[in-house]
Amino acid sequence: MMKRIVIATAVSLFAAWPACAERLITSLSSHQVLVTSSFTGTELVLFGSIERDAKTVSRKGEYDIVVTVAGPRETLVVRHKDRVFGIWTNAESRSFLNTPTYLAVLSNRPVSEVAAPELLRRQGIGMYLVPRPSLTSGIQSGEHDLFRDALIRLREQRKLYVNDPKGVTFLTPNLFRATIRLPAEAPVGSYEVDVRLFADGAELARASSALEVVKVGIEQFIVNAAANHGILYGLFTTLMALATGWLASVVFRKD
Amino acid sequence: MQIYLPIAELPVNMFLLFGMGLAVGFISGMFGIGGGFLMTPLLIFIGINPAVSVATVSSHIAASSASSAISYWRRNAIDMPLAMMLLVGGISGTAGGVALFTLLRSADLLDLVIALSYVVLLVAVGGMMVSEALRAIVRSYQGYPVVLRRPGSHTWLHGLPFKVRFKRSKIYVSSIPVLGIGFIIGFVGALMGIGGGFLLVPMLIYFLRVPTATVIGTSTVLTLITMASATVMHAATNHLVDAMLALILMVGGVVGAQFGARAGQRMKAERLRLLLGLLVLGVGVRFALELLIQPSELFSIRFTGDAG
Repeated sequence: MMKRIVIATAVSLFAAWPACAERLITSLSSHQVLVTSSFTGTELVLFGSIERDAKTVSRKGEYDIVVTVAGPRETLVVRHKDRVFGIWTNAESRSFLNTPTYLAVLSNRPVSEVAAPELLRRQGIGMYLVPRPSLTSGIQSGEHDLFRDALIRLREQRKLYVNDPKGVTFLTPNLFRATIRLPAEAPVGSYEVDVRLFADGAELARASSALEVVKVGIEQFIVNAAANHGILYGLFTTLMALATGWLASVVFRKD
Repeated sequence: MQIYLPIAELPVNMFLLFGMGLAVGFISGMFGIGGGFLMTPLLIFIGINPAVSVATVSSHIAASSASSAISYWRRNAIDMPLAMMLLVGGISGTAGGVALFTLLRSADLLDLVIALSYVVLLVAVGGMMVSEALRAIVRSYQGYPVVLRRPGSHTWLHGLPFKVRFKRSKIYVSSIPVLGIGFIIGFVGALMGIGGGFLLVPMLIYFLRVPTATVIGTSTVLTLITMASATVMHAATNHLVDAMLALILMVGGVVGAQFGARAGQRMKAERLRLLLGLLVLGVGVRFALELLIQPSELFSIRFTGDAG
């Protein structure tokens, strides 16, 4: 009985991952990005190696790598302006729950060529990580949603969403490198780094990592003070205003 | 030189901010207005979150009005009792404005109401000021003396009871319109996120006939007190005041306000009113165009969380 279960498990494992022999090993140049007062964005380098052993099946096609970096998640509301009584004003809106505020999809060729859209959508790979909007009634809208397209477009304009089909470079057939660019506006918080290995449209291996964007020094001090000691912080800012005003009138005094 | 703003969460050129502070400070010192209706749109334009802009601008206005208030105080150009009575009306007006703000936000009408009131208010006030100042300038060119206080120009406002004498301004008026003007300024200020100086100055001139000698100084004191308390309130409730941004704007603002106050005192009163009128009208027209012309980008993203 026991033996049969073991065999069944082994068979089902092989059925699900017929080629699980590849292993993916990745390393990120830094796991922490420090935001100081001179922060203007940064670049991180991800190195990865595809490990094979003697038992690994040889493949006709080449390997594909998709790196997804997703920043802290939030609910985003996309609003659409419309003409109401001759005035352009925000009319319709859609909420996007649990949506990454930063998203970078880097691959060695367009993600749509790496695997079938069905698989990408199911696994939430690449831009499929951006959810479809939830309407008030709870019904999800169709695939090509104007609001979702607008969300991606607006974030891409500010370099907060990146879709780079040439972002992953193979140094050798088994060694690759990807550059993750964080703009200065990159939100503070924890980022998930997800690396997936594909060959012939099938996912072979996956590696996860994380990085964190944190404020330090005076930046951290101001954020803490503003959040935890609001009244004191406000009084201090007001005092600063009065002192600056007084100082100027003393410095510029003519009479 | 780029500097990262901790609350606004983006890097901005320090000299650009300083220059903006300087320019708005000059205007505010010259006309005795806060300049919030100029600074807030400017900050939003360079990419700072609107909520952070509104909250931070209040501290910038407090600084530049403190600087000009001290200058006016030395020149004995402030009517303190008048400022205090306006403030009493202003506080109750602020409470009313905040209440309406909350009500409109829950009805999802806030953006539209704010945009419309900006247009209506700025265009109407600016237009009135420009036409009045032009008439005064034309009169002075025709050789008539500029009469600020015409005999027999008493309106129904002067017939109201509870009269008070304001010695410094040499006026004897009912306290009802004084409290009423304070209330309107407080109400509009809370609703639109502006100090209301550009409204207060013409109201004091046209309704109460406050002489030019004290009108700007008195208005500056009122702006200083309301903006200082607005800073504390914004910091305590929304945590959106960016001290780094505020400091850079302030330093530029107070320097600009000093030069502005000097330039303003050298200029003829009706010319000053014409310039301010044109400025207010210009900003109003710009807001109107934004509402009437189809924007190139119809979509916008709003964060529902506290971070932006």
